[in-house]
Amino acid sequence: MNKLFRFPGGLRLAGRKKLSNTTTIRPAPVPAELTVPLGQHIGAVPEVLVKVGDTVGKGQMLARPDGYVSAAVHAPSSGTVTAIESRPVPHPSGLSAPCVVIRTDGEDRWAELPAPISDWEQRDPAELRQRVREAGIVGLGGAAFPSSVKLNPGPGAVVEDLILNGAECEPYISCDDRLMRERAEQIVGGLRIIRHALQARRCTIGVEDNKPEAIAALREALSAAGERDVAVAAVPTRYPAGGEKQLIQVLTGREVPSGGLPLQIGVVCHNVGTAAAVYQAVVEGRPLISRVLTVTGAGVAAPANLEVRIGTPFSALIEYCGGYTPEVDRLLMGGPMMGFAVQDDLVPVIKATNCVLAGSGAEFPRPAEALPCIRCGACADACPVSLLPQQLYWHARAGDFDKTQEHELFDCIECGACAYVCPSQIPLVQYFRYAKSEIAEQERERKKADLARDRYEFRLERLEREKQEQAEKRRKKKEALRRAQEAKAEGAGGEKPAVDKQAAIQAALKRAEEKKAAKARASAEASNEESD
Amino acid sequence: MRFFSVSSPHLPPINSVPLMMRRVLYALLPGTALMALFFGYGVLLNLLLAIIAAVAGEALMLVLRRRPVGLFLGDYSALVTAALLALALPPLAPWWLTVLGTLFAIVLGKHLYGGLGYNPFNPAMVGYVILLISFPREMTLWPAPAPLLAEPLGLAEIWRGVFGGGITATGRSLDALSMATPLDHVGIELGLERPLGAIKQDAVFGVLGGVGWLWINLAFLAGGLWLVYKKVIAWQIPTGMLGSLGALAALGWALAPDTQPGVLFHVLSGGIMLGAFFIATDPVSAATTPRGRLIYGAGIGALIFIIRSWGGYPDGIAFGVLLMNMAAPLIDYYNKPRVYGH
Repeated sequence: MNKLFRFPGGLRLAGRKKLSNTTTIRPAPVPAELTVPLGQHIGAVPEVLVKVGDTVGKGQMLARPDGYVSAAVHAPSSGTVTAIESRPVPHPSGLSAPCVVIRTDGEDRWAELPAPISDWEQRDPAELRQRVREAGIVGLGGAAFPSSVKLNPGPGAVVEDLILNGAECEPYISCDDRLMRERAEQIVGGLRIIRHALQARRCTIGVEDNKPEAIAALREALSAAGERDVAVAAVPTRYPAGGEKQLIQVLTGREVPSGGLPLQIGVVCHNVGTAAAVYQAVVEGRPLISRVLTVTGAGVAAPANLEVRIGTPFSALIEYCGGYTPEVDRLLMGGPMMGFAVQDDLVPVIKATNCVLAGSGAEFPRPAEALPCIRCGACADACPVSLLPQQLYWHARAGDFDKTQEHELFDCIECGACAYVCPSQIPLVQYFRYAKSEIAEQERERKKADLARDRYEFRLERLEREKQEQAEKRRKKKEALRRAQEAKAEGAGGEKPAVDKQAAIQAALKRAEEKKAAKARASAEASNEESD
Repeated sequence: MRFFSVSSPHLPPINSVPLMMRRVLYALLPGTALMALFFGYGVLLNLLLAIIAAVAGEALMLVLRRRPVGLFLGDYSALVTAALLALALPPLAPWWLTVLGTLFAIVLGKHLYGGLGYNPFNPAMVGYVILLISFPREMTLWPAPAPLLAEPLGLAEIWRGVFGGGITATGRSLDALSMATPLDHVGIELGLERPLGAIKQDAVFGVLGGVGWLWINLAFLAGGLWLVYKKVIAWQIPTGMLGSLGALAALGWALAPDTQPGVLFHVLSGGIMLGAFFIATDPVSAATTPRGRLIYGAGIGALIFIIRSWGGYPDGIAFGVLLMNMAAPLIDYYNKPRVYGH
């Protein structure tokens, strides 16, 4: 895998990484209160194991995974659970979500941890996966997908290429850079464990060529570990080279099928930070309770890379980095291209928080009024997945969502390259997110309508069936009656009924006659007696 | 603390419509200067009149349509339309021709369709074609290039020519000053069944193409290449257009050398480079997919060749562009690039 490939489009961006990448990773202090959201990952919310008032030790499991795609959550420090409730979490919507709130006791006392596995090479992959699952490890590149799932290729699947993503292509962010420079041996250790778990044939670490120190550190750690079968590839610095699909394309020349997973083309990709976390979980027994992240931007006094406990409020980190500068205007989680703005700095750090970016108004000016699209196609030239953003925009704006799907809207990775080059300053990504959510909404509505229609049709069918059944019943009853009468008639035999009638009439007449005669006789006798 | 919230990306855009339009205007400068050199100050007067009319028309329409006037006047797109039309008009055109054409372009060609970004046709070419059909005589009166004039045209003379009904101060009528353009000349003379070799010896022809036209085209080519380099225009449209015109011209020359003037004559005559790099590349009305742009450009080139060879007009850029404008949505529909993972 020495030959590198190109992905279409892409951008050359000013890195702005010098702001934060010149100093070593420092541990951030333990805050007085930790707010640990339960759902920090893609997948099902885990099941809470503690209750309010419980004393918890550092690393103790607070919630266990509920379902296959789910992740455990652990106490980042020792203390007391003071609340289990909805709190604001970092999310583009600004919504609240269930969190375990811990008042720390300052002792930072470890709970009992699972036993280290030093002979992982002898262990079954399933055992290692289980350890990763119990350690609550999710993809630390930002997507936060449960890592144990990505360590399970499934029966029969062959992993040709294991790729470690150290590209870190977003401007400003340098936590992976520092991690690779300072903890390369952990990354390499984690890589070897993952490789063993996946039984991957080839193994490559992809790092953007603007991080020569990281590349050198990784190569050194590889040779120190006696690992000669892993390549460190210096990939060209071009945004978004660190996108999973793009990195796979650059390193292998292959494309992940639309709507599919890298595994379908025999590739599994993990972030370098995830590899280090896997190493800690397996070899040290330490669950994922902290992560390295970048605090940077012109809006913060002293940018840095910090090892931060999950649940630490953004505000505490900013304070630790010297506080805000007067120019601060925007607070982002993630990078300036794909990160989202948080409205309130009280939200906690979660496993997906790779960067807290306090930007000034000069760095991130408020958007100007958009001009109409002039169809210059700069967006299409910049798109790394060869979409036609100008056409997508046109159709999204017109509300013609079928056409947006015809133009493969759902292959958009929302990297923001199109909006960055748009001369009309159109917030294209916003339109695409809108179109995606509208389509999802329509899909839901359609399903609901389908259900309602099915119900209605079923009801009509039922009514119709009942009507027919009743009609059938009536018909059968009538039939039965008719048959019974016919049977009776047949039993009495031919003309007889008429004769009977005549006879009955005759008999009745006879009886009446006799009655009359008897009456006459009686009255005659009575008059005779009177006259006597 | 509360913060401003907006959708990603957060880095500000690096490009702007005014910047693109200004670059188009800069890129027109060398060609414009050479046109003024060969055909007199009338070229500049045309530009001035067209710009005034365009700005006035644009402002009026924006007010009528209740759009932000400052924002849209500041995008420079009306100036580009004005410049393209002015450079396509004969340099001694009467003032009303220029003004009328520009107003047609801005009002009819642009704003009645919805303004910037919504016009299906190239506005400058809409204005040009309306003038060409309505005022064919005025539209074909090109002055002879400076090297062929006994006495160069003075400023006063041109002023009178443009505003005074065509008679110059020295008594030279516009008709007397004008001369068939090389394209026109070839068409007419071939119609009279003169051999092509003899026609090419006529005064209006210089080295490769007509006198002056060669240099003007090269200057527009230089400006156009700069625009490609600056990524203001896509390389596919000029490549497609010059490629197909050149290929057809070569084919024609190979099959009928007596009536076909050859590749260099075709690609260096008339407003070909202006058309290829500045007019056909108007992004709003052109195809927008990469392969679609090649096809779109090739279509224009082919139409130009057909109109020049067999049509009723000496040049066919405007018709070629407008006809392909109509085909652009269809071309785009069938030339979507393959998306990642498909």
